Amino acid sequence: MVIKIIANFVRRIFSGMFKGKRELSLGFYGPPNAGKTTLANKICKDWTGEEIGKVSKIPHETRAVQFKEKVEIDFKGKKLTFKLVDTPGIATKIDYEDFMKFKMKKRDAQKRAKQATQGVVDAIKWLDDMDAVIVVIDATKNPYSQVNITIIGNLVARKIPVLIIANKVDLRKADVKKVEAAFPEYDVVGISAKKGKNMEEFYESAFRLAKKA
Amino acid sequence: MVKKIRKIKGFTIQFLPYTEIENLKSGERIRKLLNVVLKGIIVILQGRLTIEEEARLIEDTMAMVEHVKNFKGVELAVLNPNSNNLGLVGKMKHGLAKALGAQEAITIIGPASIVREMKRDPKKIEILMNR
Repeated sequence: MVIKIIANFVRRIFSGMFKGKRELSLGFYGPPNAGKTTLANKICKDWTGEEIGKVSKIPHETRAVQFKEKVEIDFKGKKLTFKLVDTPGIATKIDYEDFMKFKMKKRDAQKRAKQATQGVVDAIKWLDDMDAVIVVIDATKNPYSQVNITIIGNLVARKIPVLIIANKVDLRKADVKKVEAAFPEYDVVGISAKKGKNMEEFYESAFRLAKKA
Repeated sequence: MVKKIRKIKGFTIQFLPYTEIENLKSGERIRKLLNVVLKGIIVILQGRLTIEEEARLIEDTMAMVEHVKNFKGVELAVLNPNSNNLGLVGKMKHGLAKALGAQEAITIIGPASIVREMKRDPKKIEILMNR
Protein backbone atom coordinates (compact mmCIF):
# COMPACT_ATOMS: atom_id res chain seq x y z
CA MET A 1 0.00 0.00 0.00
CA VAL A 2 2.70 2.50 1.08
CA ILE A 3 4.86 1.46 -1.91
CA LYS A 4 1.89 2.03 -4.24
CA ILE A 5 1.28 5.53 -2.82
CA ILE A 6 4.98 6.45 -3.18
CA ALA A 7 5.13 5.03 -6.75
CA ASN A 8 2.00 6.99 -7.69
CA PHE A 9 3.41 10.17 -6.14
CA VAL A 10 6.75 9.80 -7.98
CA ARG A 11 4.93 9.06 -11.26
CA ARG A 12 2.85 12.21 -10.85
CA ILE A 13 5.90 14.35 -9.98
CA PHE A 14 7.79 13.15 -13.06
CA SER A 15 4.85 13.36 -15.40
CA GLY A 16 4.20 16.86 -14.03
CA MET A 17 7.46 17.95 -15.67
CA PHE A 18 5.90 17.22 -19.04
CA LYS A 19 2.55 18.83 -18.30
CA GLY A 20 0.57 19.79 -21.34
CA LYS A 21 1.83 16.85 -23.39
CA ARG A 22 0.29 14.08 -21.38
CA GLU A 23 -3.22 12.88 -20.92
CA LEU A 24 -4.64 13.20 -17.39
CA SER A 25 -6.45 10.19 -15.98
CA LEU A 26 -9.67 11.63 -14.56
CA GLY A 27 -11.67 9.15 -12.50
CA PHE A 28 -15.37 9.26 -11.71
CA TYR A 29 -16.07 7.78 -8.30
CA GLY A 30 -19.04 7.62 -5.99
CA PRO A 31 -21.88 5.46 -4.71
CA PRO A 32 -24.17 3.59 -7.13
CA ASN A 33 -26.79 5.61 -9.03
CA ALA A 34 -25.20 8.98 -8.25
CA GLY A 35 -24.82 9.79 -11.96
CA LYS A 36 -21.14 9.03 -12.66
CA THR A 37 -21.78 7.55 -16.11
CA THR A 38 -24.36 10.24 -16.93
CA LEU A 39 -21.74 12.92 -16.21
CA ALA A 40 -18.96 11.04 -18.07
CA ASN A 41 -21.38 10.61 -21.01
CA LYS A 42 -22.24 14.32 -20.97
CA ILE A 43 -18.53 15.27 -21.14
CA CYS A 44 -17.81 12.69 -23.85
CA LYS A 45 -20.82 13.81 -25.89
CA ASP A 46 -19.81 17.48 -25.53
CA TRP A 47 -16.25 16.91 -26.78
CA THR A 48 -16.15 13.68 -28.80
CA GLY A 49 -19.76 13.15 -29.84
CA GLU A 50 -19.73 9.62 -28.37
CA GLU A 51 -20.85 8.17 -25.05
CA ILE A 52 -18.77 6.16 -22.59
CA GLY A 53 -21.40 3.74 -21.26
CA LYS A 54 -25.00 2.79 -20.66
CA VAL A 55 -27.10 4.37 -17.89
CA SER A 56 -30.06 2.86 -16.08
CA LYS A 57 -32.35 3.41 -13.11
CA ILE A 58 -31.29 0.02 -11.78
CA PRO A 59 -28.27 0.39 -9.48
CA HIS A 60 -24.90 -1.05 -10.53
CA GLU A 61 -25.46 -0.56 -14.26
CA THR A 62 -21.71 0.08 -14.57
CA ARG A 63 -20.07 -3.11 -13.32
CA ALA A 64 -16.68 -2.80 -14.99
CA VAL A 65 -14.28 0.13 -15.26
CA GLN A 66 -14.80 1.85 -18.64
CA PHE A 67 -12.62 4.44 -20.39
CA LYS A 68 -12.60 7.06 -23.04
CA GLU A 69 -9.13 8.11 -24.12
CA LYS A 70 -7.99 11.37 -25.69
CA VAL A 71 -10.98 13.46 -24.69
CA GLU A 72 -9.80 16.95 -25.61
CA ILE A 73 -11.67 19.68 -23.80
CA ASP A 74 -11.34 23.14 -25.26
CA PHE A 75 -12.96 25.49 -22.79
CA LYS A 76 -12.67 29.28 -22.92
CA GLY A 77 -9.44 29.08 -24.94
CA LYS A 78 -7.80 26.52 -22.63
CA LYS A 79 -7.16 22.99 -23.84
CA LEU A 80 -6.71 19.82 -21.82
CA THR A 81 -6.67 16.17 -22.83
CA PHE A 82 -8.18 13.66 -20.45
CA LYS A 83 -8.52 9.93 -20.21
CA LEU A 84 -11.94 9.59 -18.60
CA VAL A 85 -12.24 6.59 -16.29
CA ASP A 86 -15.79 5.75 -15.28
CA THR A 87 -15.87 3.34 -12.33
CA PRO A 88 -18.58 1.09 -10.85
CA GLY A 89 -20.43 2.53 -7.84
CA ILE A 90 -18.83 1.73 -4.50
CA ALA A 91 -21.13 0.04 -2.00
CA THR A 92 -20.77 -1.91 1.23
CA LYS A 93 -23.69 -4.22 0.46
CA ILE A 94 -25.14 -5.84 -2.64
CA ASP A 95 -28.32 -7.93 -2.55
CA TYR A 96 -29.54 -9.57 -5.74
CA GLU A 97 -33.11 -9.35 -4.43
CA ASP A 98 -32.90 -5.55 -4.75
CA PHE A 99 -32.46 -6.00 -8.53
CA MET A 100 -35.52 -8.26 -8.67
CA LYS A 101 -37.62 -5.27 -7.56
CA PHE A 102 -36.90 -3.89 -11.04
CA LYS A 103 -38.60 -6.95 -12.59
CA MET A 104 -35.31 -8.73 -13.21
CA LYS A 105 -35.25 -12.53 -13.28
CA LYS A 106 -33.58 -14.23 -10.32
CA ARG A 107 -30.73 -15.68 -12.38
CA ASP A 108 -30.03 -12.33 -14.07
CA ALA A 109 -30.19 -10.53 -10.72
CA GLN A 110 -27.71 -12.99 -9.19
CA LYS A 111 -25.36 -12.54 -12.15
CA ARG A 112 -25.63 -8.75 -11.86
CA ALA A 113 -24.86 -8.92 -8.12
CA LYS A 114 -21.79 -11.09 -8.75
CA GLN A 115 -20.48 -8.68 -11.39
CA ALA A 116 -21.28 -5.70 -9.17
CA THR A 117 -19.22 -7.06 -6.24
CA GLN A 118 -16.23 -7.52 -8.56
CA GLY A 119 -16.84 -4.01 -9.93
CA VAL A 120 -16.53 -2.48 -6.44
CA VAL A 121 -13.22 -4.29 -5.85
CA ASP A 122 -11.90 -3.11 -9.25
CA ALA A 123 -12.98 0.49 -8.64
CA ILE A 124 -11.02 0.59 -5.37
CA LYS A 125 -7.95 -1.00 -7.00
CA TRP A 126 -8.03 1.66 -9.77
CA LEU A 127 -7.72 4.52 -7.24
CA ASP A 128 -3.93 4.35 -7.43
CA ASP A 129 -3.94 4.99 -11.19
CA MET A 130 -5.84 8.30 -11.11
CA ASP A 131 -4.29 11.75 -11.54
CA ALA A 132 -7.45 13.50 -10.36
CA VAL A 133 -10.89 12.32 -9.28
CA ILE A 134 -14.40 13.65 -9.52
CA VAL A 135 -16.54 12.27 -6.72
CA VAL A 136 -20.16 12.27 -7.84
CA ILE A 137 -22.74 12.46 -5.05
CA ASP A 138 -26.50 12.34 -5.41
CA ALA A 139 -27.53 15.72 -3.93
CA THR A 140 -30.97 14.36 -2.99
CA LYS A 141 -29.39 11.88 -0.56
CA ASN A 142 -27.58 12.14 2.76
CA PRO A 143 -23.98 13.13 1.90
CA TYR A 144 -22.58 11.83 5.20
CA SER A 145 -22.58 8.19 4.08
CA GLN A 146 -19.48 6.27 5.06
CA VAL A 147 -18.83 5.28 1.42
CA ASN A 148 -18.42 8.96 0.44
CA ILE A 149 -16.15 9.61 3.41
CA THR A 150 -14.04 6.50 2.76
CA ILE A 151 -13.59 7.33 -0.95
CA ILE A 152 -12.58 10.94 -0.28
CA GLY A 153 -10.34 9.94 2.65
CA ASN A 154 -8.52 7.44 0.46
CA LEU A 155 -7.99 10.01 -2.29
CA VAL A 156 -6.55 12.47 0.23
CA ALA A 157 -4.26 9.74 1.64
CA ARG A 158 -2.99 9.11 -1.92
CA LYS A 159 -2.56 12.87 -2.54
CA ILE A 160 -4.97 12.75 -5.49
CA PRO A 161 -6.85 16.05 -6.09
CA VAL A 162 -10.61 15.82 -5.61
CA LEU A 163 -13.61 17.71 -6.96
CA ILE A 164 -17.02 16.93 -5.48
CA ILE A 165 -20.05 17.06 -7.72
CA ALA A 166 -23.48 17.39 -6.11
CA ASN A 167 -25.51 15.89 -8.94
CA LYS A 168 -29.25 15.91 -9.69
CA VAL A 169 -29.85 19.57 -8.77
CA ASP A 170 -32.81 19.50 -11.15
CA LEU A 171 -34.68 17.46 -8.53
CA ARG A 172 -36.63 19.25 -5.81
CA LYS A 173 -35.08 17.28 -2.96
CA ALA A 174 -31.52 18.22 -4.00
CA ASP A 175 -29.57 20.07 -1.30
CA VAL A 176 -26.17 21.32 -2.51
CA LYS A 177 -25.63 23.30 0.73
CA LYS A 178 -25.80 20.07 2.72
CA VAL A 179 -23.11 18.53 0.51
CA GLU A 180 -20.97 21.66 0.95
CA ALA A 181 -21.46 21.49 4.73
CA ALA A 182 -20.43 17.83 4.75
CA PHE A 183 -17.20 18.51 2.84
CA PRO A 184 -16.17 22.08 3.72
CA GLU A 185 -12.53 21.56 2.70
CA TYR A 186 -13.33 20.69 -0.92
CA ASP A 187 -14.65 22.35 -4.06
CA VAL A 188 -18.31 21.38 -4.46
CA VAL A 189 -20.19 22.10 -7.68
CA GLY A 190 -23.93 21.50 -8.01
CA ILE A 191 -24.95 20.25 -11.45
CA SER A 192 -27.52 18.19 -13.27
CA ALA A 193 -25.57 15.90 -15.60
CA LYS A 194 -28.83 14.63 -17.09
CA LYS A 195 -30.16 18.11 -17.96
CA GLY A 196 -26.72 19.65 -18.59
CA LYS A 197 -27.31 22.27 -15.90
CA ASN A 198 -24.37 24.35 -14.58
CA MET A 199 -21.83 22.62 -16.84
CA GLU A 200 -19.90 25.90 -17.32
CA GLU A 201 -19.00 26.00 -13.64
CA PHE A 202 -18.23 22.30 -13.78
CA TYR A 203 -15.69 22.72 -16.61
CA GLU A 204 -14.06 25.67 -14.83
CA SER A 205 -13.68 23.56 -11.69
CA ALA A 206 -12.43 20.57 -13.71
CA PHE A 207 -9.67 22.76 -15.19
CA ARG A 208 -8.73 24.00 -11.70
CA LEU A 209 -8.63 20.36 -10.57
CA ALA A 210 -6.40 19.39 -13.49
CA LYS A 211 -3.92 22.12 -12.50
CA LYS A 212 -3.51 20.48 -9.08
CA ALA A 213 -2.79 17.06 -10.62
CA MET B 1 -56.91 4.05 14.59
CA VAL B 2 -54.21 2.31 16.61
CA LYS B 3 -51.07 1.48 14.69
CA LYS B 4 -49.62 -1.94 15.31
CA ILE B 5 -45.95 -1.92 16.27
CA ARG B 6 -44.17 -4.81 14.64
CA LYS B 7 -41.66 -6.67 16.77
CA ILE B 8 -38.01 -6.67 15.77
CA LYS B 9 -36.29 -10.05 15.65
CA GLY B 10 -33.50 -10.44 18.19
CA PHE B 11 -29.99 -9.25 17.48
CA THR B 12 -26.66 -9.17 19.29
CA ILE B 13 -24.26 -6.27 19.72
CA GLN B 14 -20.62 -6.87 20.52
CA PHE B 15 -18.51 -4.06 21.96
CA LEU B 16 -14.88 -4.35 21.01
CA PRO B 17 -12.19 -2.33 22.80
CA TYR B 18 -9.48 -0.96 20.52
CA THR B 19 -6.84 -2.97 22.43
CA GLU B 20 -8.36 -6.11 20.84
CA ILE B 21 -7.16 -5.04 17.37
CA GLU B 22 -4.39 -2.60 18.23
CA ASN B 23 -1.50 -5.01 17.68
CA LEU B 24 -2.96 -6.85 14.71
CA LYS B 25 -1.88 -6.34 11.10
CA SER B 26 -4.38 -4.67 8.73
CA GLY B 27 -5.59 -7.92 7.18
CA GLU B 28 -6.03 -9.56 10.60
CA ARG B 29 -7.99 -6.58 11.93
CA ILE B 30 -10.42 -6.70 9.05
CA ARG B 31 -10.76 -10.49 9.27
CA LYS B 32 -11.48 -10.25 13.00
CA LEU B 33 -14.23 -7.68 12.48
CA LEU B 34 -15.78 -9.45 9.49
CA ASN B 35 -15.73 -12.81 11.30
CA VAL B 36 -17.96 -11.30 14.00
CA VAL B 37 -20.28 -9.69 11.43
CA LEU B 38 -20.55 -13.00 9.53
CA LYS B 39 -22.11 -14.50 12.68
CA GLY B 40 -24.92 -11.93 12.37
CA ILE B 41 -23.57 -9.73 15.16
CA ILE B 42 -23.31 -5.93 15.14
CA VAL B 43 -19.83 -4.76 16.16
CA ILE B 44 -19.22 -1.51 17.97
CA LEU B 45 -15.51 -0.83 17.89
CA GLN B 46 -13.83 1.68 20.14
CA GLY B 47 -11.73 3.74 17.75
CA ARG B 48 -11.51 3.42 13.99
CA LEU B 49 -9.62 1.65 11.26
CA THR B 50 -7.25 3.64 9.09
CA ILE B 51 -8.84 5.10 5.95
CA GLU B 52 -6.93 2.54 3.81
CA GLU B 53 -8.23 -0.26 6.06
CA GLU B 54 -11.78 1.03 5.60
CA ALA B 55 -11.36 0.70 1.81
CA ARG B 56 -9.93 -2.78 2.27
CA LEU B 57 -12.85 -3.66 4.53
CA ILE B 58 -15.18 -2.78 1.64
CA GLU B 59 -13.08 -4.87 -0.79
CA ASP B 60 -13.01 -7.89 1.54
CA THR B 61 -16.73 -7.52 2.22
CA MET B 62 -17.45 -7.64 -1.52
CA ALA B 63 -15.27 -10.74 -1.90
CA MET B 64 -17.31 -12.37 0.89
CA VAL B 65 -20.65 -11.39 -0.68
CA GLU B 66 -19.50 -13.29 -3.75
CA HIS B 67 -18.35 -16.38 -1.87
CA VAL B 68 -20.43 -16.69 1.34
CA LYS B 69 -24.00 -17.86 0.87
CA ASN B 70 -26.70 -15.47 2.16
CA PHE B 71 -24.15 -12.79 3.07
CA LYS B 72 -25.29 -9.48 1.55
CA GLY B 73 -22.59 -7.19 2.90
CA VAL B 74 -22.35 -4.72 5.74
CA GLU B 75 -23.59 -1.37 6.91
CA LEU B 76 -20.73 0.77 8.16
CA ALA B 77 -20.50 4.08 9.98
CA VAL B 78 -17.74 5.91 11.82
CA LEU B 79 -18.48 8.66 14.29
CA ASN B 80 -15.52 10.95 14.76
CA PRO B 81 -15.91 13.86 17.19
CA ASN B 82 -15.18 17.21 15.60
CA SER B 83 -12.61 19.08 17.69
CA ASN B 84 -12.67 22.16 15.41
CA ASN B 85 -15.36 23.84 17.50
CA LEU B 86 -13.40 23.51 20.74
CA GLY B 87 -11.49 26.33 22.39
CA LEU B 88 -7.72 26.32 22.75
CA VAL B 89 -7.74 24.47 26.09
CA GLY B 90 -10.19 21.92 24.73
CA LYS B 91 -8.04 21.35 21.67
CA MET B 92 -4.96 20.91 23.85
CA LYS B 93 -6.81 18.39 26.02
CA HIS B 94 -7.91 16.51 22.90
CA GLY B 95 -4.41 16.56 21.45
CA LEU B 96 -2.90 15.28 24.69
CA ALA B 97 -5.48 12.53 25.05
CA LYS B 98 -4.85 11.45 21.45
CA ALA B 99 -1.10 11.46 21.95
CA LEU B 100 -1.60 9.17 24.96
CA GLY B 101 -3.53 6.76 22.75
CA ALA B 102 -7.13 7.63 23.62
CA GLN B 103 -9.63 6.50 20.99
CA GLU B 104 -12.36 9.09 20.44
CA ALA B 105 -14.01 7.60 17.36
CA ILE B 106 -16.61 4.84 17.30
CA THR B 107 -16.98 2.42 14.41
CA ILE B 108 -20.18 0.45 13.90
CA ILE B 109 -20.29 -2.47 11.49
CA GLY B 110 -23.46 -4.49 11.10
CA PRO B 111 -24.54 -7.27 8.76
CA ALA B 112 -26.78 -5.88 5.99
CA SER B 113 -29.24 -8.72 6.61
CA ILE B 114 -29.96 -7.25 10.08
CA VAL B 115 -29.12 -3.56 9.71
CA ARG B 116 -31.14 -1.87 6.98
CA GLU B 117 -29.42 1.49 7.14
CA MET B 118 -27.08 3.55 9.25
CA LYS B 119 -28.10 7.19 9.07
CA ARG B 120 -25.10 9.29 9.85
CA ASP B 121 -24.70 12.99 10.41
CA PRO B 122 -21.76 14.79 12.01
CA LYS B 123 -23.17 14.39 15.53
CA LYS B 124 -24.93 11.04 15.63
CA ILE B 125 -25.54 7.69 14.01
CA GLU B 126 -29.00 6.14 13.81
CA ILE B 127 -29.20 2.41 13.16
CA LEU B 128 -32.32 1.30 11.31
CA MET B 129 -33.02 -2.41 11.60
CA ASN B 130 -34.64 -4.82 9.20
CA ARG B 131 -37.88 -6.22 10.56
